[in-house]
Amino acid sequence: MTFLDLVDLRRKHKANAKRIVLRCCMAAGCMSLNSRKVKERLDEAVREAGLAGVVEVRGVGCMKLCCEGPLVQAEPDETLYIKVTPENAPEIIQALKGKPASVPTTNPHAPFFAKQKLIVLANSGRVNPEEIESYIAADGYSALHHALTEMTPKELVETLVKSGLRGRGGAGFPTGLKWGTVAKSPGTKKYVICNADEGDPGAFMDRSVLESDPHCVLEGMAIAAHAVGGDQGFIYIRAEYPLAISRLQIAIRQAKTLGLLGAGIFEAPFSFNVELRIGAGAFVCGEETALMASVEGKRGAPRPRPPFPAESGLWGCPTLINNVETYANVPAIVRNGPDWFASIGAATSKGTKVFALAGKIRNTGLIEVPMGTPVRVIVEEMGGGAPGAACIKAVQTGGPSGGCIPRDLLDTPVDYESLSKLGSIMGSGGMIVMDEGTNMVEIARFFMEFCMDESCGKCAPCRAGTVQMHKLLDRIAARRGTARDLARLEELCDMVKNTSLCGLGQTAPNPTMSTLRFFRQEYEALLQPERHARSFQTEAPVPEAAAR
Amino acid sequence: MNPALPGSTTAPSAERKHSTVRSALEHASGDKRFKILEAHLKKHQYRQDALIEILHKAQELFGYLEDDLLLFLAFKLKLPPSRVYGVATFYHFFTLKPKGEHTCVLCLGTACYVKGADKVLEAVKARLKIQPGETTADSKVSLLTARCIGACGIAPAAVYDGVVTARQTPQSALDKLNEWRPE
Repeated sequence: MTFLDLVDLRRKHKANAKRIVLRCCMAAGCMSLNSRKVKERLDEAVREAGLAGVVEVRGVGCMKLCCEGPLVQAEPDETLYIKVTPENAPEIIQALKGKPASVPTTNPHAPFFAKQKLIVLANSGRVNPEEIESYIAADGYSALHHALTEMTPKELVETLVKSGLRGRGGAGFPTGLKWGTVAKSPGTKKYVICNADEGDPGAFMDRSVLESDPHCVLEGMAIAAHAVGGDQGFIYIRAEYPLAISRLQIAIRQAKTLGLLGAGIFEAPFSFNVELRIGAGAFVCGEETALMASVEGKRGAPRPRPPFPAESGLWGCPTLINNVETYANVPAIVRNGPDWFASIGAATSKGTKVFALAGKIRNTGLIEVPMGTPVRVIVEEMGGGAPGAACIKAVQTGGPSGGCIPRDLLDTPVDYESLSKLGSIMGSGGMIVMDEGTNMVEIARFFMEFCMDESCGKCAPCRAGTVQMHKLLDRIAARRGTARDLARLEELCDMVKNTSLCGLGQTAPNPTMSTLRFFRQEYEALLQPERHARSFQTEAPVPEAAAR
Repeated sequence: MNPALPGSTTAPSAERKHSTVRSALEHASGDKRFKILEAHLKKHQYRQDALIEILHKAQELFGYLEDDLLLFLAFKLKLPPSRVYGVATFYHFFTLKPKGEHTCVLCLGTACYVKGADKVLEAVKARLKIQPGETTADSKVSLLTARCIGACGIAPAAVYDGVVTARQTPQSALDKLNEWRPE
C-alpha cells in the first residue's frame, strides 16, 4: 500500500457515498437492546421503499447517549431517533420522504452533545468499525503515513512531549517522556502494549473506543512503535468485552490485508504486528507489571519498580505500555500538530478526556470534554442532573482507586492536579453520580470489598489490610462499630496506602479516606459507645455483665 | 516399530502400552474436544506463555476446567501442574467446577450497584437458595457476579446465557429464572 493507494481508496469511498445515511449504533449497550434487529429492519425497509441507491444504512459505533438506545441518526438532517424498535423502521424510512414519524427523537444539539469536544470519539458513531475503508475515508492512516515517511522517531517523541499528552489510564504520566525512555533504552527487541483491561467498575470508555473505532487505536500503536523502535504489539483486552475483541480481530485482519500492518508498511523499512491477548477476569492485570506477567502466561502478580517496563518489561525487553485512550489521541496529534493539542484543555492537563457518565443521572453515556471543564458542567448541564426530584450528593471519579467530590465542590475543574488535591484521581474516566439516597459508608464498603476480592495476595499490606479494612467497614455499616474501630480504620488506610507493592493496594484506601474527609458525619452517626460493641479481637459478642 | 511404515502390523494400542505415563494422561476416550484442543495448542506452538489462551479454549470446549484437563495441559505444555493450577485458580473467569445448564451473571459494578443491583442479587439468591459462584442442586442454574461488564448505560445489567440484558429489576430477574426453572 502506497500513499497514492490510500488516497485512491479514500476518494473511491467518498465517491460512492450515498446522499442520505442512517447511522445505527452497534456498540454493546444498544446491541443488548436489539439494535442489530433495528438495523436489519431498516435495511429491509430501505429495499422495500426502493431507496437502496440513495440511502445507506450504516452500522456504526457508540453514539454516546447510551440511556436512550437504540439510537439511529439520519444524515444530513441530523434527526436523532431514540429508543428505536425494529417496528419503527418503516416509519423512519417514510420520514426521509418528508412524512413525519412518531418515533421519539431528541435534540442532537442539546448540551450533552454540544459541549463535547471530540478527538478520541471523533469517529465513534460515524464510521463503520467493521469496514477499514470507512476509517480511511475519514483521514485514517494518513497520520501513520506522515509519521513513517516525514518524521524521525526522535521528532515523533518530541511531538508527543510538546503536545503535553498524559497517560489516560489514570496515573497521568507524561506520554512523551515514557516514549522517550523506551526509545532510549538499549535493545533490539521492543514491545508496544495497549492496556485494554478496563477493570474499573463503572468505566466503559475504552470498550466503546475499541468497538467503535478500533483502527484509531491500531494506528496510534503503530506510530508509537515507530517512535520507540518496536515491531511487535499486544493488545491486552479483558475477556468480558467479546464485541470489542471481535471488532479488533476484524480490524487487524483488514489492516493486514491492506498492508497497513505487517512488514514494510507504506513501503518504509518499518514492520509492526499486533496480537490480541485476552484477560481472564483479574482487575489487578490492569496494573502494568501484572499485565505483562499475564501476557507471559503467569499469575497476574505485580513486581516492584524499578526496573520500569520502559527499561525491562515483557520478557525483559524495553516495553511501552499505554492505555487505549492514550493511543487513540496519537493520530490526531500527528495530523494536527502538538500545538493544536496543547491549545485544548488546562495548564498542566492538555487535551480532552473521555468520561463514562453513569449512576443517578438523567443522561447516562459517554462524553468527551476538554480538560479543565468543571464537574458541575458535566453532571448538571450535560448530564441533566439527578433523575426525579433528587439532588446530586457526590460524584465519584477514579473507580475503586478514586474518591468522591461532594456537592459543594462541584465547581472543581476536571484535571489531574485539582482532583488529586481533593483526594480523588482522574482515573480511567468512570464518573458515577450519587444522590441523597446513597449511603457513603456503603459505597466505601462496596469499593473495599472489590479491592479485597481483587487483591493478588502477593504483599501483606494489601492482602491482609483490605480484609481488615473491609471487616471494619462492615462492622461500622452494620452499627456495630465504635470510635476505636474508626480510628483503627484510619490507621490501616494510612499504612496500606504507604506500604503496598502496587497501585491496587496503594489506592484501595482512597474511597474510604475520601468519604471520611467529606462525609465523616455519616460514619459517626453509625458509631456505638464502647461497651455495647464487640471487641476488636474476637467475633463473639461481649456480654453486658463482663463489660461492666 | 513405526506404525506409519507400510506393512507394519503394530496396532495403536500396543504403542500406548510402551509409555504408561503418556497413557495415564492421554485420553483414550476419543473425545473430539481433545483434538480441537490439541489443534489449538499446535496453533500456539505449544508455547508456555500461551497458557491463558489455552485455558480459555479448554473452558470453552469443556465448560469447566477439571483436574484431569489441567494435568493434560500441564503435560502438553511441559509445565509443572502447580503452575497450571496456580494460573487457573488466580483468574476469576476460570471455573474448576461444572456449570449449570443456564448461567445468570449479575453485574455488581459501581453504576449497577448505585442503581440497585444489590436488590436484584438478593432476590435471585433468595429464589435459587445459592450464593454467587455456586450452582443449584439440580444443575439447572449457575449464579455468578461480575465486577463490571462495561454496560453502565443500561444499568443494572445482567447476562443470561451470554446475552446482555438491560435495566434489571428483582422482578425481571425472577421472571427470567422462572423461564428456566418454572416454580
